[in-house]
Amino acid sequence: MNLLETLRLAVSSLLRSKMRSFLTSLGIIIGVGAVIAMVAIGDGARANVQKVFDSMGTDLLIILPGSSNSGGARGGFGSQPSITWDDLEAIRTQVPSVRAAAPELRTSTQVFSEDQNWRTSVIGTTPDFFAVRAWSLAEGERFSEADVEVGAKVVVLGQTVVEKLYGAGFNPVGQVVRINKMPFTVVGVTARKGQSPMGTDNDDTLFVPATTFQRQVQAQSLGKYIPGALFVQADPTAGTARAWEDLTVLLRERHRLSEDEANDFDIRDLSEMANSRQQSTETLSLLLASIAAVSLVVGGIGIMNIMLVSVTERTREIGVRAAVGARPRDILAQFLIEALVLALLGGLVGAALGLGVARLLAARFQWPLLVRPDVIFLALGFSALVGVGFGLYPARKASRLDPIDALRYE
Amino acid sequence: MNGNRERMPLIALRGASKVYRTGDVEVAALKGVDFTVEAGEFVAIMGSSGSGKSTMMNILGCLDRPTTGRYLLEGQDVSRLDRTELAVVRNRTLGFVFQSFNLLARTSALENVELPLLYAGVSARERRRRAREALERVGLGERLEHHPRQLSGGQQQRVAIARALVNRPRLLLADEPTGNLDSRTSVEVMVLFQELRREGITLVLVTHEPDIAGYAGRVVVMKDGRILSDQRQQPVPAVVPPLEEAVS
Repeated sequence: MNLLETLRLAVSSLLRSKMRSFLTSLGIIIGVGAVIAMVAIGDGARANVQKVFDSMGTDLLIILPGSSNSGGARGGFGSQPSITWDDLEAIRTQVPSVRAAAPELRTSTQVFSEDQNWRTSVIGTTPDFFAVRAWSLAEGERFSEADVEVGAKVVVLGQTVVEKLYGAGFNPVGQVVRINKMPFTVVGVTARKGQSPMGTDNDDTLFVPATTFQRQVQAQSLGKYIPGALFVQADPTAGTARAWEDLTVLLRERHRLSEDEANDFDIRDLSEMANSRQQSTETLSLLLASIAAVSLVVGGIGIMNIMLVSVTERTREIGVRAAVGARPRDILAQFLIEALVLALLGGLVGAALGLGVARLLAARFQWPLLVRPDVIFLALGFSALVGVGFGLYPARKASRLDPIDALRYE
Repeated sequence: MNGNRERMPLIALRGASKVYRTGDVEVAALKGVDFTVEAGEFVAIMGSSGSGKSTMMNILGCLDRPTTGRYLLEGQDVSRLDRTELAVVRNRTLGFVFQSFNLLARTSALENVELPLLYAGVSARERRRRAREALERVGLGERLEHHPRQLSGGQQQRVAIARALVNRPRLLLADEPTGNLDSRTSVEVMVLFQELRREGITLVLVTHEPDIAGYAGRVVVMKDGRILSDQRQQPVPAVVPPLEEAVS
């Protein structure tokens, strides 16, 4: 008897008791469904975390100036300016593991359009900042190196600022806003980023050239030191760890620090933060998937149980089949394939169910829906394995029945 | 080979015995039986329960093997074959008819009859054709798609006979084939058996009803695992009585 005949036989015998077949595969359905849903949820959550961190900028390091020490009272990091504009230039040009770097000078101030005003944070920086912090422009363009050079009064607005000053959907490029009573020409608007991982509104900000920031917004003269932090984007092939080392060496050298002196700056690797968040979601989804895998094994035991009942119930049928010439291996194949079909059908239904649940949750939490085909095939393969594994014992039992006893069985 | 086959008996038991062991107790169900059936014979085996007739039938049907002695079927020693080889012999050479019909429930007559062909590796189309032919042969050409539950006892037994015949076996073994049938349908089955004998099929049936044994050409009586008597006789021609007579 060939495989196709055996398959047909198995399907028709399963169809004879549909409800039982369904309940038998339910364990597998739930198991496979859970595995696929869990993995999809885990992947979705991970992608979501990734998206949030990507919006901060990738391969990011932040360099904070050192702490001050006045009369024994030690200030925090950044209280003592120690990074110079020349340091920045050196970082940009002399470190191969750095792709780009830009300062971030921050304050908050009142800005005015013709008929509205709004208090927002002002960032003074250089054009590289937009690439480093992953800001793209929705309207107009960023300011140029030349604008930084001459201290041009130009500004790039965040979406929230545009909304508050002009109303949503307005294109303010070419308009004039006043910051500290000085007129700034709007040259661009950034694309919306939404909420930051810390819950603040990323778009409630505006950007001006660093030189303009110092002169016009803070009304100070340009100094040697950068009164703020540096954002550095590492070259992705080199990685942030390598960049971290290179930057430390460079800055120590430039600041002429001897062996036993501590750093007068602090470099933080922001990608580590993303990685640790990533790992915790990964651990969680692995945990969920392994719990789901346990239910697959339980489903397999359910199949074995019903197959054993079925073998006992159909003892006479087995006897008849043996009497008319079924070889032990024909009987074995029949019951094994029945178990396999149960498990695989359960796997298919479970996969559909898991995908449905994943889709529902993705829509509910606005995650990207990520379905990995390898997970589906793995789950189906595993359920087939469960079917064969747990079907083997009942099928062997059936194939070893003595035809005479089987025929006499009441 | 063919000429050889003509000369040698279809069935030859040589000193066959069967010992069942339950715990420490050994029970000899068959005690060194010599038994020969020529091709084309119609043999009835009689005997009370425990006489060893069922054991002999199981051995003749290749469902069981003798503990000692030999069983030559068509000249081939089948007494030492393994389970798979015995299954092939059952499939190719033998047809079984049981007292309780042993049809698969919730399976059409046609599919029941196809069963031996399924294990013989016959193609689906050929199976269908031959199963239909066999059912027509036993007069059930109109009942192909009926399930056993929808058939009378006599009809069910005829489906079982069609199943036994479908692989064109040389030997038909029937274990109390009329045990669950009324006298009229019993005679109908006997009519069919006598027809099959005329067509050259060898029949061996076990019965405890003397009038059923009367339709056979040879009656073997067993007792205590031995053959008590073995007589040839003029078979009674099976004729189904007219319906009125059966009612009265």
